Amino acid sequence: MSPASSHGVRLEVRGLAKSYNGQPVLRGLTFTVERGELFVIMGPSGSGKTVLLKHLIGLEPPDAGEILLEGEPVGPPETRSRHRVAMVFQSGGLLHSLTVAENVGLYLAEHRLKPPAEIRRIVADKLALLGLAGTEERWPAELSGGMKKRVAIARALVVEPQLIFYDEPTSELDPLIAVTIGREILRLNRTLGVTSVVVTHDRDLAFGIAHRLAVLHAGRFLALGIPAEVQAHSDPTVRQFLHADFRFEPKPQPGPVAPSPP
Amino acid sequence: MFHDLGEVLLLLGRTFRALPHTVRQGRKVLEQLHEIGNASLLMACLLSLFIGGVLALQTGPVLAERGLHNFIGQIVGLSMCRELAPVMMAVLIAGRIGSAMAAELGSMQVYQEIDALRTLSIHPVHYLVLPRLVAISVALPTLVVFSILVGWVGGALVSVTNYQISISLHGYVKSLGNGVDVMDVINGLLKSLGFAVAIGAIACHQGLSTTGGPRGIGRSVTKAVVNSIVMILLLDYVFTRLLMHLD
Repeated sequence: MSPASSHGVRLEVRGLAKSYNGQPVLRGLTFTVERGELFVIMGPSGSGKTVLLKHLIGLEPPDAGEILLEGEPVGPPETRSRHRVAMVFQSGGLLHSLTVAENVGLYLAEHRLKPPAEIRRIVADKLALLGLAGTEERWPAELSGGMKKRVAIARALVVEPQLIFYDEPTSELDPLIAVTIGREILRLNRTLGVTSVVVTHDRDLAFGIAHRLAVLHAGRFLALGIPAEVQAHSDPTVRQFLHADFRFEPKPQPGPVAPSPP
Repeated sequence: MFHDLGEVLLLLGRTFRALPHTVRQGRKVLEQLHEIGNASLLMACLLSLFIGGVLALQTGPVLAERGLHNFIGQIVGLSMCRELAPVMMAVLIAGRIGSAMAAELGSMQVYQEIDALRTLSIHPVHYLVLPRLVAISVALPTLVVFSILVGWVGGALVSVTNYQISISLHGYVKSLGNGVDVMDVINGLLKSLGFAVAIGAIACHQGLSTTGGPRGIGRSVTKAVVNSIVMILLLDYVFTRLLMHLD
């Protein structure tokens, strides 16, 4: 766990269950994320990762169970404000009608927490921290996928969060940018000591950054532990998910080649 | 349908409770007003000019045949104030602005922008619905005033130039002045205020309840426009009966 763990908050989930139209999506999940920990939830598509995240951030009410931030229920917006919870959405969730600077400074401006000049300075600092200096006046539509994700992280940092959720932070990104984003998540966790929960199906990212990770399948955790424990897990579904690759047997043969002209 | 209606009323209730925040959202209200005015003013004037003209053209010759052409100003004036301007402008705004509101909020919902606002502790009703509802409630009655005036001008142009009606401009204006008083204009403005609130609430509700990607956005836009127009016609009858009693 990060040595700078004192700024984060403790997240506790007890018996979380949710069904849609009688179809169970989350089945009694229980786990704890400690202060300053970087916890990764991974699993195949449709395993319930995004639904779980929506519950953790308080956007959906559970059918059963409870989610506690430092012992307080996460449901009321005041709890999330008090413990400064932020989220980086899969698509970035940037407001397309606002510039990059307006997006990043939105929290401070809307809640009138700082004067405009101070907001401009904070926005410039956060953008520079993520290697986006000079993009203040650009529109989200003008940014690449990786830049949008970094702007979304900058917007989350403005809240000075104690808990950050990342939803599929490397999806739709090329491997180089995905590594950059992974490095940023790790660096922010180490330097700011913020508790981080990353939801992903990217195995490289998960094993590269996690202090602990869990494998979610059909609404249940099949494995939960430090990366080495999960890697060595004996459950066949976990092993299949962790070891699936593109090494096909038998190897693909080259197709018929047209004879070259004499 | 009743489920939708209930949700629209709940959204309306939340927006009314948020009214004290209007000053804080002043910049966004002005932006919305600018957008509504820009998108609708020219179209409103054009539409009203022809409505006034057609009204005079349809009724004028019939009145003239019976020697009642001195009533043409009164008929055009009252029809524009009490019925045609409020209803036609409301239908125009439902088509142009209601659809745009539903599409914008629907797209924000689908692309997680509204979820992002919630995670930043920014209430979507305060930030998105309130400015739109306030702006449309100011803009529609203002457009109705324009519409009434331009409609009167349209009626005058036809009445004066059409040989079957053959009334002087002075006669038209005198007839208008005799038949229309301030209460008739206020009657139309009150109606249009009710229509504006209905269009804004329905469009915002449809936008915020969008699900399912681009097809969902299309569905929301269609529902917003159709439901708004149905509600305008329904409210028109209710308001007309109510205002007749007050008269």
